[in-house]
Amino acid sequence: MTAPRPFGLLAELTYRCPLACAYCSNPVEMDRYAEELSTADWQRVFTEAADLGVLQCHLSGGEPLLRRDLPDLVRTANDLGMYTNLVTSAMGLNRRRAEELRAAGLDHVQVSVQADEPATADRIAGIPSFDRKLEACRLVRELGWPLTVNVVLHRQNIDRVGAILELVEDLHADRVELANTQYYGWAWRNRTALLPSREQLDRAEEIVVAARERLAGRMEVVHVLPDYYSRYPKPCMGGWAQRQLTVAPNGDALPCPAAQTLPLPRASVRDAGLGEIWTSAPLFTAFRGTDWMQDPCRSCERRELDHGGCRCQAFQLTGDAAATDPVCHLSPEHHLVDAAVADANSAAPVDLELVPRGRLRRP
Amino acid sequence: MSDAEIPGNARPRLGAHVRMRPDRATGGYVLLGPETVVVLNQTGHAVLRLCDGERTVDQIVASLVEGYDGADTDVVGEQVRDYLSRLAARNLVAFTRTRR
Repeated sequence: MTAPRPFGLLAELTYRCPLACAYCSNPVEMDRYAEELSTADWQRVFTEAADLGVLQCHLSGGEPLLRRDLPDLVRTANDLGMYTNLVTSAMGLNRRRAEELRAAGLDHVQVSVQADEPATADRIAGIPSFDRKLEACRLVRELGWPLTVNVVLHRQNIDRVGAILELVEDLHADRVELANTQYYGWAWRNRTALLPSREQLDRAEEIVVAARERLAGRMEVVHVLPDYYSRYPKPCMGGWAQRQLTVAPNGDALPCPAAQTLPLPRASVRDAGLGEIWTSAPLFTAFRGTDWMQDPCRSCERRELDHGGCRCQAFQLTGDAAATDPVCHLSPEHHLVDAAVADANSAAPVDLELVPRGRLRRP
Repeated sequence: MSDAEIPGNARPRLGAHVRMRPDRATGGYVLLGPETVVVLNQTGHAVLRLCDGERTVDQIVASLVEGYDGADTDVVGEQVRDYLSRLAARNLVAFTRTRR
């Protein structure tokens, strides 16, 4: 099989982060990622990505601003013709750093915001950060950058979605991404405390639809619903190793950011070129296409639409990475998802403390 | 503006977060956003390179008609409006406020 062309590279520059969000989907075993790629390593990775046809470079983490070489990395990606997108908590995005990044050619900034007001936001983030984030958002606009505000939605902030949208509008963002939590990494540990009820989701959906209509032409409103409530699974990553790839801070190359959990041999950019990895590493070829599927996916007419759903979620919930994503109502293991959803909708209130994301020791 | 007809004096431009870049792999052009890649055909690129927020839709249509022998202004005008509406619906194109 010839390998498809990837369009996007998610460069997870570091898993260090000043925040401790309980919904973080980064890996729980962070010590594995303490030894980070060097500037030259990343520059080689970007060059090899561009050779593969990659057009978008998402600079993420953890908190990418903790990498002092961030402007150099932006410049390299920009020189290669890639669209550069910084995905940041905005902690540490002061005027000097922002101007350096602007000069390096950074195209777009995505700032995470946890809620519409400081008490809730800072409790979720684990540190006082709300006011500084807003300041950073205003700085982004002042410097003439396009701004996307990212809000991860969950049980503890979804009822505030109306106020969150008003805040984002006040910030003059170009886009807002309201994405329900994906249950990997720390978020998986906190699933019961994070999964919203059906009633919460329905209310939020109504508010978002009205806001999208009101803001049409001014602000793009992206709303990602939790797949636990869907009839069919999400078409994860647009198909395994089809359009996107991720490189983790330690050099592990992955078809998706959660794929380090799968029982397949690691592929590292320290040992091989990105082109070779993309084309032939087992981690990338294992679930490419439809040949790996078993029933009900194999004979399902939607197999090319949702690609069997998420491999990482299938493995996490069933122990078989080639199983149908249990989110699908056709999955023989769908009861696992039903049980989680039933808990989230039980009459007894869910009142669990969030387990904050752990800290990574400085290497 | 996606539902109504785009007026001739509207001034289209790329969305604030959108870039048009050459694509080494194909030799053509692409529109890029944080979550978007649109591979442009030659006609798409010919339209969008004129969408600078200064030229009006009428001027863009006139300039395209001039470039193609035997092109009809009404037909080209309809095609350009249709194309821009579709991109505007995806927030890839926006319109600078018309001066009154």
